[in-house]
Amino acid sequence: MLSMSTNNSSYNDQGGADSAVEIGQETTPTSNSGAGFGLFSTDFKKNDDLKEMLENNKESLKLEAMKRIVGLIAKGKNASELFPAVVKNVASKNIELKKLVYVYLVRYAEEQQDLALLSISTFQRALKDPNQLIRASALRVLSSIRVPIIIPIMMLAIKEAASDMSPYVRKTSAHAIQKLYSLDPDQKEHLIEVIEKLLKDKSTLVAGSVVMAFEEVCPERIDLIHKNYRKLCNLLVDVEEWGQVVIISMLTRYARTQFTSPWREDGVFDENSERAFYESDEEKTRDDTEIKPYTMDPDHRLLLRNTKPLLQSRNTAVVMSVAQLYWHLAPRNEVSIVTKSLVRLLRSHREVQYIVLQNIATMSIQRKGMFEPYMKSFYVRSTDATHIKSLKLEILTNLANEANISTILREFQTYVKSQDKQFAAGTIQAIGRCATNISEVTDTCLNGLVLLLSNRDETVVAESVVVIKKLLQAQPSQHSDIIKHMAKLLDNITVSMARASILWLIGEYCERVPKIAPDVLRKMAKSFTSEEDIVKLQTVNLAAKLYLTNSKQTKLLTQYILNLGKYDQNYDIRDRTRFIRQLIVPNEKSGALSKYARRILLAPKPAPVLESAYKDRDRYQLGTLSHTINTKASGYLELSDWPAVAPDQSVRNVEVIEPVKEWAPSLGKTGKSKPAKSSDDKFYSDSGEEEEDEKGSGTSSSNDGSSSSSAGLSLCLCVPPPGPVLYLPETYSPSDLRHCVDIGFVKQLLFRVSGYLHVFRSVTVSYVVPFVPQEVKLQKEVSLLDLDDCELTDVKPWSVLSPSLLTDLEGLSLSNISTMQVSGPAFVPEKSHNLLHRMTGKGLAAQYQFTRQPCLYQPNMVSVQISLTNTSDHRLEQIHIGERSPAGLKIHCFNTIEFLEPDASVTVSMGIDFNDSTQAANFQLCTKEDQFSVSIQPAVGDLFLAVTMTEQDFRKEQGKLQGMNECSATITVTAENTSSQPLNRRVAAMANVGVVPSGQDNVHRFAGKTACSGAVLLVTVELRESSAAVITINTEKSVMGSMLLRDLKKSLAQA
Amino acid sequence: MIHSLFLVNSSGDIFLEKHWKSVVSRSVCDYFFEAQERASEPENVPPVIPTPHHYLISVLRHRIYFVAVIQSEVPPLFVIEFLHRVVDTFQDYFGVCTEAAIKDNVVVVYELLEEMLDNGFPLATESNILKELIKPPTILRTVVNTITGSTNVGEQLPTGQLSVVPWRRTGVKYTNNEAYFDVVEEIDAIIDKSGSTITAEIQGVIDACVKLTGMPDLTLSFMNPRLLDDVSFHPCVRFKRWEAERILSFIPPDGNFRLLSYHVSSQNLHPLRSTSLVAIPVYVKHNITFREGSSQGRFELTLGPKQTMGKGVEAVLVNSQLPRGVLNTNLNPSQGTYTFDPVTKLLTWDVGKINPQKLPSLKGSMSLQAGASKPDENPTINIQFKIQQSALSGLKVNRLDMYGEKYKPFKGIKYMTKAGKFQVRT
Repeated sequence: MLSMSTNNSSYNDQGGADSAVEIGQETTPTSNSGAGFGLFSTDFKKNDDLKEMLENNKESLKLEAMKRIVGLIAKGKNASELFPAVVKNVASKNIELKKLVYVYLVRYAEEQQDLALLSISTFQRALKDPNQLIRASALRVLSSIRVPIIIPIMMLAIKEAASDMSPYVRKTSAHAIQKLYSLDPDQKEHLIEVIEKLLKDKSTLVAGSVVMAFEEVCPERIDLIHKNYRKLCNLLVDVEEWGQVVIISMLTRYARTQFTSPWREDGVFDENSERAFYESDEEKTRDDTEIKPYTMDPDHRLLLRNTKPLLQSRNTAVVMSVAQLYWHLAPRNEVSIVTKSLVRLLRSHREVQYIVLQNIATMSIQRKGMFEPYMKSFYVRSTDATHIKSLKLEILTNLANEANISTILREFQTYVKSQDKQFAAGTIQAIGRCATNISEVTDTCLNGLVLLLSNRDETVVAESVVVIKKLLQAQPSQHSDIIKHMAKLLDNITVSMARASILWLIGEYCERVPKIAPDVLRKMAKSFTSEEDIVKLQTVNLAAKLYLTNSKQTKLLTQYILNLGKYDQNYDIRDRTRFIRQLIVPNEKSGALSKYARRILLAPKPAPVLESAYKDRDRYQLGTLSHTINTKASGYLELSDWPAVAPDQSVRNVEVIEPVKEWAPSLGKTGKSKPAKSSDDKFYSDSGEEEEDEKGSGTSSSNDGSSSSSAGLSLCLCVPPPGPVLYLPETYSPSDLRHCVDIGFVKQLLFRVSGYLHVFRSVTVSYVVPFVPQEVKLQKEVSLLDLDDCELTDVKPWSVLSPSLLTDLEGLSLSNISTMQVSGPAFVPEKSHNLLHRMTGKGLAAQYQFTRQPCLYQPNMVSVQISLTNTSDHRLEQIHIGERSPAGLKIHCFNTIEFLEPDASVTVSMGIDFNDSTQAANFQLCTKEDQFSVSIQPAVGDLFLAVTMTEQDFRKEQGKLQGMNECSATITVTAENTSSQPLNRRVAAMANVGVVPSGQDNVHRFAGKTACSGAVLLVTVELRESSAAVITINTEKSVMGSMLLRDLKKSLAQA
Repeated sequence: MIHSLFLVNSSGDIFLEKHWKSVVSRSVCDYFFEAQERASEPENVPPVIPTPHHYLISVLRHRIYFVAVIQSEVPPLFVIEFLHRVVDTFQDYFGVCTEAAIKDNVVVVYELLEEMLDNGFPLATESNILKELIKPPTILRTVVNTITGSTNVGEQLPTGQLSVVPWRRTGVKYTNNEAYFDVVEEIDAIIDKSGSTITAEIQGVIDACVKLTGMPDLTLSFMNPRLLDDVSFHPCVRFKRWEAERILSFIPPDGNFRLLSYHVSSQNLHPLRSTSLVAIPVYVKHNITFREGSSQGRFELTLGPKQTMGKGVEAVLVNSQLPRGVLNTNLNPSQGTYTFDPVTKLLTWDVGKINPQKLPSLKGSMSLQAGASKPDENPTINIQFKIQQSALSGLKVNRLDMYGEKYKPFKGIKYMTKAGKFQVRT
């Protein structure tokens, strides 16, 4: 067997090699004649034996040669002259050899375009391979070959791959889109079409890649997102982590264009509060109209809700992108939920810290409160890298306020002494900022800084002087004594920069220290020759300023200094001296300028503003490269401002196809035999694709009539699915179906195949969805169906109507198909049932009640409200739900109640997935000490959700639920129940159903759907003469139907 | 996204390059070298460096810089996280991630990089999938490969990537089915001069080594899950179950992986006694003085256990960066060994185990540069230690259940506390 295959492959290789050698020989001279190869004579020689090895028939030698070539590529050596020898191995059977050839090909194809073309046919062949991974890798390499001639081939391959049945291949095609776009931007229009198509893809594998392609090719086409917005939100949790980052940042941008601002005018942002201030005065009238409470678009909320769990991701990039999404989109009071996660990231690698700290720095300027509780997490460790230290310092400074400034200053004191002098200098600047921001500590800070002037380190002293200078400039009037103190320090300080700064200060404020200034000048005149240049310059300045203000005392001194300066070795000082002399000492040559000497030298100088370097960083979207480098990076997409008025929300409504209308099977007709209406054009083309999916190769897309229906059916029944099978409900009218297959038979078969059935809602099944790993392939017996009277309907409340059916297995959410809308319950029974008696519960009493509201946690759950009361005399701690039975029972528990005081009671809500059966849910209610087994027994009526529908829809639904789906009974109703009001109430009390408006007085209709599977329930009560009434219940859940019928009979018959 | 990757060693040589789009000349790294020269320490090279046409994003691990070349806007964390994932993968494959290991396995490295990115966008980063695509090199396999000429590229195409559980490879078989969980907590603390705690927090992880046949579905529950209020999960953990029941329910990847990491800060460690801080397991008595004008300094250090819940403190290692003025030290450890590097001024004292009866101490004198003034700051002391069989936060695993498979696995759990960034200011 083994030898067979090797023989085979070598045989093939020979065949391939022969032809390649021929061509290779033709082309080698041209490639070798290229200049420059002579330079690598040693390489060239070595490459010669590589060439020999490659031309050898032995697989192992070829492999060895390729490995060495890859080694050359990795080192950045040129191996391009081996191209002809390498490229002929592209069709090798050996996978590793092939892969290495791919690596080589992708690297050098651009340089050897003609030769690269030799390999194309191999890839074209591989694109048709039955193995999805081979198709994918062929497309990957083909699209990576940057040769313009093959653009049309690439385009074709991408288009084909985009409708491949394998999501992995489709993902690859999304990547290929970007490659082709970078090779030839002219293809944009065609590529957008492919992107549009791939955006509709429901596979989590594809989502990230196609959004990436969207961002790269056509980020401005925001309209392509509308229809996919909700799907993307719902898929997000299950997309691979890298895709999540891309999708989140795209959705952030999207949301900013589509929703109105959730930020109240009295927001925390400075600019906002300013605006609010003006508006409240001037535009009172307009305000009045605008005051109407802000309600968040449910889609906006959806995004926020679905991204929140991702804060728990292990991938720091995902956490950061969620954080920026909340920062840019969430209402102010919700932003702080990201704090904890961001702080957690600080334990990660140094580089991660750097980016996260930068973002926190920007955030903390605007929202101190967010990070203040975590202040200690920003304390600097001596082992931190310098840039991490300075970022932490930045954040600490931003967080400083009156309450915590003393703690922060104490911490700063440690930092000032750090051995890392750059960091110590940064700390001094930070102290300066704290001093200006918080007036209470200005004096303390100043005193502290003055003490630092005696530090031994030049950087520290210089920085202190500079900061003091800035502080004094801001409020010079109060601090003449500090200036005096600094003047005294001048004798001890040796650091020239500091000396210079002090001289400048004295000069600038010489009028505030009139006695000291001349004395300082005198001292400086004495030591002038031995001073550093910078000090000399400032001495000249000081002299000039004093000459102008106090010429009586300093005239001689000044002249002395100017004379010294005139003959200084440094030409800067000589220049300055000459300039100053001309300016201040009036003589006949000096023109008009000297008149203004005072104004020039003693001009009031603006105080430097001490503010954060991160002040304006928020003009860039957080988490972006542009934010990090504080300039616009190429390809940065601006985040738009909130629109004043939200654009049309309905654009995001997904056109959901009403199954019955569209897919009502009519035998003997193919889908194509009837012309599709214009409105379903789009859908029609979709169905074509999906049909291809089903058929795999897409060879025969239209079979005809009944034969195909059975063929399709047998296809899905015969092929044992690799995983559980999901049957998506879709209802045909059974009467039609009975023509082709016996319903019971179908049902039986489907049950047998499926193993376990997640959703089985209708008797017949038109979507059969085998659970192929990572993907749900939609198999439809398209040809069975006709597209006759199609009607597209909008499904608005997404949360209820597109439940994610298989959250556990795959976050795949399939929008449920329905015309119905879930409405609130018509009647909520007050009656609560005992869950746990206080005697058995050792003081803990519990009662439960069905709220009949759609469950918030998961749409297929029934929500139950539980009120817990502590009747004991001690407090009960940690009340929570323990083990449950049956083991698979899905319960959304309430959060653990920490404690319940005696006589206190608390009401919590939970969700239970009863799986459309009246089987009781048993679980344990636990306190810290005890566990009590309890059970919740639902009445059949509580397992429904009320829906509203029109009478017309009702009839249509009823038409589909004939035969064994219908049960009816004739009863005698009591007199008071003959009028509509009490009757409606009776029915609504018994079952959570909605009233359907009825045209006839004597017929009352009610509609609901089961909570778990969403199967339709229709109740008709027809009143006849002499208080007789016929109750008819149509539902595919026949057991539930008959149970409900029994209950209704009882209820309506009794007084 | 990621355009190219250059691997630069500590001496500034590019020893590997890989391009995912068109080739970027390695001269782009000159900007990086410039920044490297400017930085005083290797860690101080900024992670993001803008250049005229590209942006360089680098990470430093195992003294190798991984420099990614970016051409347009991309979240920097995206790149950084990816680069770290690359390093983790190398480590996973070759045991160590050194220049030598990478050079020896350059083909595998190239194959890995090829699979991990497509057109600069991450494709397969999950270790289970990669290992199906490219088998990690082992000595045995190398020998076998040379003899039989077979390859280390998987013949089988990975199924994991296409399955519902992309992190787990399929067809896993073991004769001994075992699942081990290590709860490792690291305590980060800053202790001030007087011995009081400035900040203390616990960073915990649960690392798992799961070798179970088939597709096991595991459930791990805790005695006190409320401790975990800030967690991050491996993607296998079902978040909804955690939210609802505080139970970790997951289908594990095969082999070693990090199931969970959590963060307990001093604010939320004891919710009922909110004031109490993280227990600090060791204390340090120190007396480090430099006298003005004298060329001698005194150095005294004593360690002792504190709040260790009866467990011994092991593998204690003290190091401290002494001020530049210190020329040499003459110290006497009561146990263990100490070294002082006169060039880097790094003092290291390998203490070993702390015996509560006889506390370890290090005493002696330091000789200072003659004439130099007294250093401003006393050195910070960094301490490492381990405490076996205890998790400092008190986190306890309640039970581990397995569903979906018939056999009975062997289960094990281990607790350990380590010092993270534990600093004492003197």
